[in-house]
Amino acid sequence: MRFERREHPSRALTLLAPVGAILAALIVAGVLIAIAGANPFRAYALILNGAFGSRLGISETLTRTTPLILTGLAAAVAFRARLWNIGGEGQFYLGAIAVAALGMIPAIAAIPAPIAITLCCIAGAVAGMVLLLVPLGLRLRFGVDEVVTTLLLNFVALLFVSLMIEGAMKDPLAFGWPQSVPVPDNTLLATLIPRTRLHAGLLIALAMAVLVWFVQARSVFGMRARAAGLNPRAAAFAGVPLGRTLIGVACLSGGLAGLAGAIEVMGVKGYVTTDLSPNYGYSGIVIAMLANLNPLGVIFAALFTAVMFVGADSMSRALSIPSYIADVTVALSLLTMLVAIFLAQYRIRR
Amino acid sequence: MTRVLELSHITKRFGAVTANEDVSLHLDRGEIVALLGENGAGKTTLMSILFGHYTADEGTVRVEGQELPPGRSRAAIRAGVGMVHQHFALAPNLSVLDNVMTGTEPLWRLRSDRAAGRAKLVALSERFGLRVDPDALVSDLSVGECQRVEILKALYNDARILILDEPTAVLTAQEAESLFATLRQMTENGLSLIFISHKLHEVMSASDRVVVLRRGCVVAERRTSETSREELAELMVGRKVERPARAPAVPGRVLLEAVDLSLHGKGGASLHDVSFRLRAGETLGIIGVSGNGQTTLAGVVSGLYPPSSGSLSVDGRAVTRHTVPDAIAAGIGRIPEDRNAEGSIGDMTTWENAVLERIWSPDFSARGFVRRAAARKATADILARYDVRGASVDGRIRLLSGGNMQKLILGRVLEAGPDILVAAQPSRGLDEGAIAGVHARLLEARGRGAGVLLISEDLDEVIALSDRIRAIVNGRLSPAIPAGRANAQLLGLMMAGDWSAAERIEAETHDAL
Amino acid sequence: MSVLFDILGSVGMWEAVLRIATPLILGTLGVLLCERVGVLNLGIEGIMAFGAMIGWLTVYQGGDLWTGMLAAALGGAAFGFLHALLTVPLGLSQHVTGLGITLFASSFAYYVFRLAVPTASSPPTIDPFQPLSVPVLSEIPFLGPVLFNQTAPTYLAVAFVALIAWGLYRTPLGLAVRMAGENPHALDAQGIDPIWLRIGTIMAGSALMGMGGAFLTLSAFNSFFPTMIQGRGWVCVALVVFASWRPGRALLGALLFALFDAFQLRLQTVVDGVPYQLFLMMPYLLSIVALIIMARRARVPQALMQPYRRGER
Repeated sequence: MRFERREHPSRALTLLAPVGAILAALIVAGVLIAIAGANPFRAYALILNGAFGSRLGISETLTRTTPLILTGLAAAVAFRARLWNIGGEGQFYLGAIAVAALGMIPAIAAIPAPIAITLCCIAGAVAGMVLLLVPLGLRLRFGVDEVVTTLLLNFVALLFVSLMIEGAMKDPLAFGWPQSVPVPDNTLLATLIPRTRLHAGLLIALAMAVLVWFVQARSVFGMRARAAGLNPRAAAFAGVPLGRTLIGVACLSGGLAGLAGAIEVMGVKGYVTTDLSPNYGYSGIVIAMLANLNPLGVIFAALFTAVMFVGADSMSRALSIPSYIADVTVALSLLTMLVAIFLAQYRIRR
Repeated sequence: MTRVLELSHITKRFGAVTANEDVSLHLDRGEIVALLGENGAGKTTLMSILFGHYTADEGTVRVEGQELPPGRSRAAIRAGVGMVHQHFALAPNLSVLDNVMTGTEPLWRLRSDRAAGRAKLVALSERFGLRVDPDALVSDLSVGECQRVEILKALYNDARILILDEPTAVLTAQEAESLFATLRQMTENGLSLIFISHKLHEVMSASDRVVVLRRGCVVAERRTSETSREELAELMVGRKVERPARAPAVPGRVLLEAVDLSLHGKGGASLHDVSFRLRAGETLGIIGVSGNGQTTLAGVVSGLYPPSSGSLSVDGRAVTRHTVPDAIAAGIGRIPEDRNAEGSIGDMTTWENAVLERIWSPDFSARGFVRRAAARKATADILARYDVRGASVDGRIRLLSGGNMQKLILGRVLEAGPDILVAAQPSRGLDEGAIAGVHARLLEARGRGAGVLLISEDLDEVIALSDRIRAIVNGRLSPAIPAGRANAQLLGLMMAGDWSAAERIEAETHDAL
Repeated sequence: MSVLFDILGSVGMWEAVLRIATPLILGTLGVLLCERVGVLNLGIEGIMAFGAMIGWLTVYQGGDLWTGMLAAALGGAAFGFLHALLTVPLGLSQHVTGLGITLFASSFAYYVFRLAVPTASSPPTIDPFQPLSVPVLSEIPFLGPVLFNQTAPTYLAVAFVALIAWGLYRTPLGLAVRMAGENPHALDAQGIDPIWLRIGTIMAGSALMGMGGAFLTLSAFNSFFPTMIQGRGWVCVALVVFASWRPGRALLGALLFALFDAFQLRLQTVVDGVPYQLFLMMPYLLSIVALIIMARRARVPQALMQPYRRGER
């Protein structure tokens, strides 16, 4: 058996790849559900119902989608340029804690909300950037592979957050629970649907997806970043400044992940804890791959992931199937997506 | 004479492309057969089938009368066939002995018998005069020594039939001569050899019999003693080869001057005190065995690496900052050595590849955004003007053939009207028709007053196009000789580092330049 | 200062070194095998989680401790096979596939664990491996309890170091493995199929990772809980670079790392005023420092992360 590269990879196949991948993942997960003694069809019906069946369900799903779009974008722009940013989780937390820290400055509470919110977004994004620029600097200066360093820095970032919310930034009114001082009210994002948690962060995330798409598709920077990722040697020959381009990509990627953390604080919780993110950073990697690294595709991939997580929570209450089945399905869909992209590009010959 | 190897009616297709069609070939004991053909004639595919890397669609391979099962390298090795690859199949981080012994013992033995392996290796290297230190790391060996290890690997496997794929591609003329002497000695020891080549002179001097392959088919078979270079050239190409006519040079002002350029270790070999001048309207040819610094030299002039010392001036102005955009803005056009790895990005579109190196120019971008319409228009013009076939402006460039890719690269470079053209291996891997086209374009650029720095390993190409020729050896540049005085022997000496004759000629002709 | 000497002089700390090192030794050897044959295996973090879970579950369901170890090894090998299948014949991105394996193996482990132990506020426990005193040797003062009063899997891990060093450098199979990581084309030209060799070696390496995980639940602790691996897998990936892909140095690296970890654990309890998080950060930062020191010095297998396809160069 041999694999042969298709000379003209069809657009239809490439577009169908994520659908096929998700279906395959659902089938395997369905088998796992069946082994656990439940009817997979009923389980999936319950998941859909939990995610879309009520106003609350829909708003919860969209609330979950918001940070996932941003972490998905963070991974997608980095992977495009072959910058293996696996540190989205840490950048998310650093973005969140940066907002909380900014909120502790008394002057912030006194300025108009739009300015305060903008400042907070910038603070979060800058914090995320810094955390990614460190491993990128190590790669450019010492040749250290950024995969392992970004992974390790996730743990460091989380410990740093823990250090802050148990120390300098601890909320004295939280009955001893480790959580940060709440951010002032003027930095909180507006609610989109009354009496739900859905907030204006969704609009920011959607706008970011469009913006990133535009920058990638139309700007000189986007073209250079793609060239640097696809063939660094040829890009250098064509005069693409590899180091500077990667630094730009890192700022964008780390900034998006940091922004995700900032928005989660300003839109949902109002303060930081060490369980602010149920692996949003790592899910971003799956989402980026499911979207085939396309920024607009990230929106749909993030939605799928959010549906699985929100739906699985309510399904697991009804069927006593562990809600980890959502994690399993999402992880599986990453693997099946890799195979699906491969099948779209190669044909099998005997 | 006993027949040791027989390939009958081999056909191999890759998708729509037929690499070999009904090829039959035999080899007798103690014989040296040359397999002659152009790039892409199907020589390497044929030998890969023999060695079990590919499975033939039709046809059989017999070694000493026994049919080989298809697609099994191990069976070929057991039957006594050894292959010396053009790109050495060696691991640089491992020792010579490790490289030779890999796969020679049963895999599941609990202890490798290295003493016996070493003894056998030493005995073989003495018997065939292939001296090499068994404990040296391959990364510390010279190219010639690496080839010895490759041959020893085959001999260690008790090969009686040896196949050498373009064995002289990376050797100097003198190293090549000693290689062929060794090969002759091997046939006296009962080995039989096939070597693959597209170089007529070595086929004529080293083989007993020549099999000519063209477009996957055997087109002729001759005893070497009964044929001539001219006949073989015509058989190989399929028609008379005509080099483009060249008008005499009218050298003008100095466009590019390098004084004592040195660079350590970037892009392969380093450069030492390289000085040269390139004038308007002339072609300076740089010859040399690969890995002697020509890639580095091209890279420095192209703006890829800043030199560690020495100076470069373009059109009389000393260059202080010389990045790729600076080089292009200063009027230097660059044809890369490797079209696929360096000159193009396979998964980007044709138009992106056409404009990427000038994307900073206001022609193609404004305020950080790409002027897509202008870029596509410019690309469409290049496709039409340079006759690039099989490309669409929005299609991925991966699908272009080598010749059309080179036309596109020539187009994007020449459309900018460069004063200086750095052409590194411009016709490597192209067929004769495409080569003629590339040569015509290079002569045209020279004709309109550009200075062309031609870096090539193809001596015929350098003689045909250049006005002056220098050799590069270990990062040093030889004296220049006028192309009119060049011949294979003199160039061979220059490439081997013997510059006494070249110095005399340069002194004689210096006034003329 | 005297506090530092007290810690450094205590038998307890030195005894803890080998214990802390054991999962790292096993994991590092696993990564080393995979990378020596030319494939990055970022699945390690998840494979260790799965090994920890399945080893524990086997014992919890009534299997004996060694059956648990075996189950962890087999589970690891199974995920290794999946990783190998995707990265070797299909040649998919080793980075992304590895992360996918990690996400899949760990979430699958938590899923199975929750199915088996639906609701329990405190995780149920098993009887773990007990220290095995080597007769005579364990009575040597200081060194005895430190080196020869460990649990059986620790001795096994050290034995694996010697075994793998011997295998890599002294056997034909080991030479083939090294060649597959340096130049698979050369291996193929000598008649050995790099594809199968890579698949087999990745499975063996992943089995070791699984055992490394199981050590946590069967020897170091006695229960399983999600997120218990805590980046140990990633540390192993860094240690392999630090070890320059050599088994002996991998052992040394794991021991140094564990020594530091044991030291900081004890330091935490005696030093006041320094937040514990700073101590906990140290292992991760230390790994990064190790990477910086070795990144340019180490002799990287030349074919690492390069997929091998016949006839393609």
